[in-house]
Amino acid sequence: MSFVTGVGLTSFGKHEGSSSLDLMSKAAQAALDDAGLKRSDIDGILCGYSTVSPHIMLATVFAEHFGIRPAYAHAVQVGGATGLAMTMLAHHLVTSGVARHVLVVAGENRLTGQSRDASIQALAQVGHPDYEVPLGPTIPAYYGLVASRYMHEYGVTEQDLAEFAVLMRSHACTHPGAQFRDPITVADVMASKPVAMPLKLLDCCPVSDGGAAFVISRERTVEAGVRIRGCAQAHTHQHVTAAPALHELGAEISIARAREACGVAISDVRYAAIYDSFTITLAMLLEDLGLAGRGEAAARVRSGHFGRDGAMPLNTHGGLLSYGHCGVGGAMAHLVEAHLQMTGRAAARQVRDASIALLHGDGGVLSSHVSMFLERVR
Amino acid sequence: MSEPPADWTKGEEAITYQACTSCGHVQYFHRAFCAACGESDPRVLRASGKGRVYAASLVCRAATPETRAHVPYNILLVDCAEGFRMMAHGENDLAIGDSVVASFRPFAGKLVPYFARTK
Repeated sequence: MSFVTGVGLTSFGKHEGSSSLDLMSKAAQAALDDAGLKRSDIDGILCGYSTVSPHIMLATVFAEHFGIRPAYAHAVQVGGATGLAMTMLAHHLVTSGVARHVLVVAGENRLTGQSRDASIQALAQVGHPDYEVPLGPTIPAYYGLVASRYMHEYGVTEQDLAEFAVLMRSHACTHPGAQFRDPITVADVMASKPVAMPLKLLDCCPVSDGGAAFVISRERTVEAGVRIRGCAQAHTHQHVTAAPALHELGAEISIARAREACGVAISDVRYAAIYDSFTITLAMLLEDLGLAGRGEAAARVRSGHFGRDGAMPLNTHGGLLSYGHCGVGGAMAHLVEAHLQMTGRAAARQVRDASIALLHGDGGVLSSHVSMFLERVR
Repeated sequence: MSEPPADWTKGEEAITYQACTSCGHVQYFHRAFCAACGESDPRVLRASGKGRVYAASLVCRAATPETRAHVPYNILLVDCAEGFRMMAHGENDLAIGDSVVASFRPFAGKLVPYFARTK
């Protein structure tokens, strides 16, 4: 068994003067405090990457900086799926006895540490260096391509996509750490600047500074228990040019594997924490995972289904779209929020019942997927 | 044996693809082997340049000075007649399902495939 014994999250937005290591340290300290652990208790470290401060050995750089001499440490790189991939690995490390307490950490000063152009350009390099990158695509363009096809096949409209941006903003409005807290409307999203059609500025997550961390342990360290019930991955391609058909994408494969691994059904899920780099990402993943029928996710947003008081509260911190996106730490905020909800500590955002949560991360252009079920234990 | 034909990624006005001599699998990203069965030395063939639009995204926000000079530009995924999919540029008003044919245009210092609707 494995438990998420502590979580830590900084506010997202501008952290002028903070380095990636500073943000990682801040989040790590918060996670240790939350778990009631000392540095010397940590015997494993997994960390993400920083596009601002790339390093071939970031985990040991961080371990030395933070003051830990772990028995196991390395970085993990799976794009946006990195946070959940590290959590899955930590789960297996503690379950198999390799480590007792694994610190999973990421942080990046992506907003103030480099220009927006530099961030956009760095991320565009997930494209094929010979057959895609010379064409001048951006990450929004890769997802814009997917969006155009998804809308074509399932009759989804730009207004439908806008609903997800509005929902994430309405959730962010209630979180003091969120980067964007001014309410927006579907009309605002529709009128925002075109980026890579059909995606407009408010369909896209921002670039942020921030950090997030968790401790994954073999045993509970505090009364409130959140157990990793099961998880699975799927990787179908890297480049959008080589992506399979829409009905063969990895989210459906990874969720099927995760359900089989732990015997949890979608109908058991009470809280959803789903990757939302763009509105289309969220719409597609909700439908791929079975949290809405094909082409029906937007209608479920409109009916309040995914709201804080709805049947399936979704990303109640505001997600990547409005809490913000600092790289690997961005999607880790989803797990932090799920943990707060499951342990009854989400303050004004608290939902009625978050006893079982489904988390899903996506890296690349729907290339790498990790699905995970968390369960509250008393 | 003659050299395999070069393509736009090498500055030639051509689109090429590979076909496996063993299983017949076609692939657009060139490699020394067939990604489906592992057989080495797939044949390099020149494509007709004909295809159908699978997806399209008009890029309005670019990230480098060289690409910004071209906005808006339409990025396409085209399903080519020979059975492979490729990324390319094309006319700004193309729609999914349109039949298209390739020409080549300069973009940010390189030659890139540019698709127009078949007349």
